[in-house]
Amino acid sequence: MADFETVNVTTDLLILGGGMAACGAAVEASYWAKKNGLKVTVVDKAAMDRSGAVAMGLSAINQYVDLCSGKNTIKDYVDYVRMDLMGIIREDLVANIARHVDSTVHLFEKWGLPIWKDENGEFVHEGRWQLMINGESYKVIVAEAAKNALAESGGEYFERVFITEPLMDGDRIAGAIGFSTRENKTYVFNAKATIVCMGGAVHVFKPRSTGEGLGRAWYPPWNSGSSAYFTLRAGAEMTSQEVRFIPVRFKDAYGPVGAWFLLFKAAATNADGGSYMVERRSELENWKPYGLVKPIPANLRNWLGMLDTMEGKGPIFMRTEEAIQKIAADAGDEKAAKKKLKELEAEAWEDFLDMTISQAILWAASNVEPEKKCSEIAAAEPYFIGSHSGASGAWVSGPEDLQSADTKGDYFWGYANMSTVKGMFCAGDASGASSHKFSSGSHAEGRYTGKAAIKFIVENNDLPKIDAAKTAELTKRMLHPLEHYAAHCKFTTDPKTNPEYIIPKMFMFRLQKIMDEYVAGVSAQFSTNKAHLEKALELLDFLKEDSEKLGAADLHELMRCWENVQRMWQAEAHTRTILFREETRWPGYYRRADFPTMNEDDWHAFANCRWNPGTNEWEMIKRPMLHVYPQPQEHELIGG
Amino acid sequence: MPSYVITEKCDGCKALDKTACQFICPNDLMVLDKAKMKATNQEPEMCWECYSCVKICPVQAIEVRGYADFVPMGAAVTPMRSTDSIMWTVKFRNGMLKRFKFPIRTTEEGKAVPSGGYATANNDLNDQLLAQEPEALRLNELYTIK
Ligand SMILES: Cc1cc2nc3c(=O)[nH]c(=O)nc-3n(C[C@H](O)[C@H](O)[C@H](O)COP(=O)(O)OP(=O)(O)OC[C@H]3O[C@@H](n4cnc5c(N)ncnc54)[C@H](O)[C@@H]3O)c2cc1C
Ligand code: SF4
Ligand code: SF4
Repeated sequence: MADFETVNVTTDLLILGGGMAACGAAVEASYWAKKNGLKVTVVDKAAMDRSGAVAMGLSAINQYVDLCSGKNTIKDYVDYVRMDLMGIIREDLVANIARHVDSTVHLFEKWGLPIWKDENGEFVHEGRWQLMINGESYKVIVAEAAKNALAESGGEYFERVFITEPLMDGDRIAGAIGFSTRENKTYVFNAKATIVCMGGAVHVFKPRSTGEGLGRAWYPPWNSGSSAYFTLRAGAEMTSQEVRFIPVRFKDAYGPVGAWFLLFKAAATNADGGSYMVERRSELENWKPYGLVKPIPANLRNWLGMLDTMEGKGPIFMRTEEAIQKIAADAGDEKAAKKKLKELEAEAWEDFLDMTISQAILWAASNVEPEKKCSEIAAAEPYFIGSHSGASGAWVSGPEDLQSADTKGDYFWGYANMSTVKGMFCAGDASGASSHKFSSGSHAEGRYTGKAAIKFIVENNDLPKIDAAKTAELTKRMLHPLEHYAAHCKFTTDPKTNPEYIIPKMFMFRLQKIMDEYVAGVSAQFSTNKAHLEKALELLDFLKEDSEKLGAADLHELMRCWENVQRMWQAEAHTRTILFREETRWPGYYRRADFPTMNEDDWHAFANCRWNPGTNEWEMIKRPMLHVYPQPQEHELIGG
Repeated sequence: MPSYVITEKCDGCKALDKTACQFICPNDLMVLDKAKMKATNQEPEMCWECYSCVKICPVQAIEVRGYADFVPMGAAVTPMRSTDSIMWTVKFRNGMLKRFKFPIRTTEEGKAVPSGGYATANNDLNDQLLAQEPEALRLNELYTIK
């Protein structure tokens, strides 16, 4: 095997990932680092200009609280999120994001992001909390501000370095290791504090398309659970690992439906023209009080549609043609209607072209003109994206000033967004129980996490030690797939089929099959039970053993090997937590067939877990769901 | 293929020190055959059709065709990205053409100022205000419950 050079980097603050949260952390931390004579280093596996979930662009900013207009309060946002997540949410974390997110959005605008304005110069809302943008260059602009801030403060960034493992100094994080995906170099980062923002995970479950369309998952194929793996391996307590997200999107190309539902007020109907949102209203009673609030929680909307599909009433159609015709008709005379139609058409196509170009291709290839023909929608497969409508991530401290007497003891331990591991902070998809932060909230969370991490460094200003022997061992393990492949690949005539190693793609398929069939994937119609979950854990054990036999032909495949190991750890945390929570709380995300109803008495609580690096054992922990704001009474919620 | 490179057009970015498509792909898919000076998408089934490579290629050598396992053939969606706007041409299977043009940014490329021009008066590492707050919030103070 080729020789690898080791690059040692010593810094003060290490930011892992280069997405929305990381860019927020870099911008803010640079400001405080400069004042305190500290250095910030960012490491991304890709090019920051187009890395992470926003690489393609977005057509909406999904979190803007609009405090300055006085129309909404922080508590309004907290109520919205806790109801959407069926009552289980860290209110201190959601409130902290909500109070900072507007300044993030205002900065985006100054940096050059075009946000739609109406004739009075006010932002155009897609829904109560969403703003419409011309977001093709969203990520380019946000990354530019982060890089400029790093340059101003003497910070630096590394691209195309793939991070695998945390380095520890006792109970404090000391840095991370990784490798270059371009040249034979390994990296050892030594830092006083580390912020983890390496996104969520896709391809843990089998996607609906498994041929060439494998890559067209809703969530980008390049986020592989690096955050979950890294934080688990550091020994951090994790939360809400059972709360996956299943979006309902236009079928196959996964184009966004938000603008259609919110902006164009389109309805979804089944094969008979019936609307499940109307016909199945009574089902919502079973999920009280959350089933009775407006907007109806995302997972319950999914659930009503799934009931139609399971009863054979599909396909489900988004009635784009009815919605557009109605808006055009409401515009007035024929000329006005025609003009409106043209405007709506451009808006509808831009929605796809800004963030899911595949959907535009599919529509064009199927001769779909949305104003003339409706399109099918369907539930996608499960994803891990704690920043969106899922909730999985690390269990982190809230800020001191947003605690009630009840929460203070359990939810606050010194620094905002620090995990249970000293010096390791998490933001965006990496931090849990704080859903609905989206692109803007992830950036805002990154910002205050950046400030908190600098405060930690100022108060703990010694460089944690790196154990050279341990680092060498971890590096050897990191490069093992290359060595293992090289040792055996000549044994067979086709290096892809070999009894001594498993190639990363087949490893991924094996994981996806386990999760799909036993842990409530698409094939299992999102349903599982104890026996299935135990079977999954048994098969995951074999997979884990075989992960030692992953083989990589080159650096690109080495990255694929580690991405799939990371997915496997995310899968195990998920499976164990679904097993632990003996109820069904988010029926449109998954159902425990052996516990088909919600159990508020026992499970109005967080299901947390921790992998113990010392003993290699998993611990399941139930944490109380405590309130900063009083739980709204049923009568306050209904119709509210 | 999802993204594919037109043999004839690709010159391997010979004028640049690294290839643009390789530099940008978020999933590390583009590789260069140095002997032929031609790029290829090495794992088309891992392509998200994000178009980052299409938009950045200096000679428009990269295009996208829909995923072969579910998209009927014959459509094309093609961007032309300038410094402040993007023009999309959507060609339908039945030959119909539609064009859309959208702005992409309001500032000059490279010129995003981190402070956004907001006052950065904050010097207190211990309070909850971020660098440009409260001014960037367009409020007089930051929300708290204390
Ligand atoms: C399809 C889709 C549509 C969405 N639509 C909207 C919308 O309309 N509006 C909205 O506001 N939000 C939307 N969101 C949500 C938004 O994109 C996310 O909330 C946000 O990107 C999360 O930020 P993050 O920093 O946690 O992750 P990301 O932005 O995904 O960043 C992750 C970063 O980690 C890096 N990374 C990953 N693994 C490693 C590793 N091992 N080593 C080094 N670096 C690594 C990646 O390269 C990337 O830079 C959407 C998300 C998706 C997937
Ligand atoms: S960016 Fe274009 S010209 Fe350059 S290597 Fe890639 S395909 Fe070829
Ligand atoms: S379209 Fe995106 S994912 Fe596909 S090769 Fe190009 S840059 Fe990579």
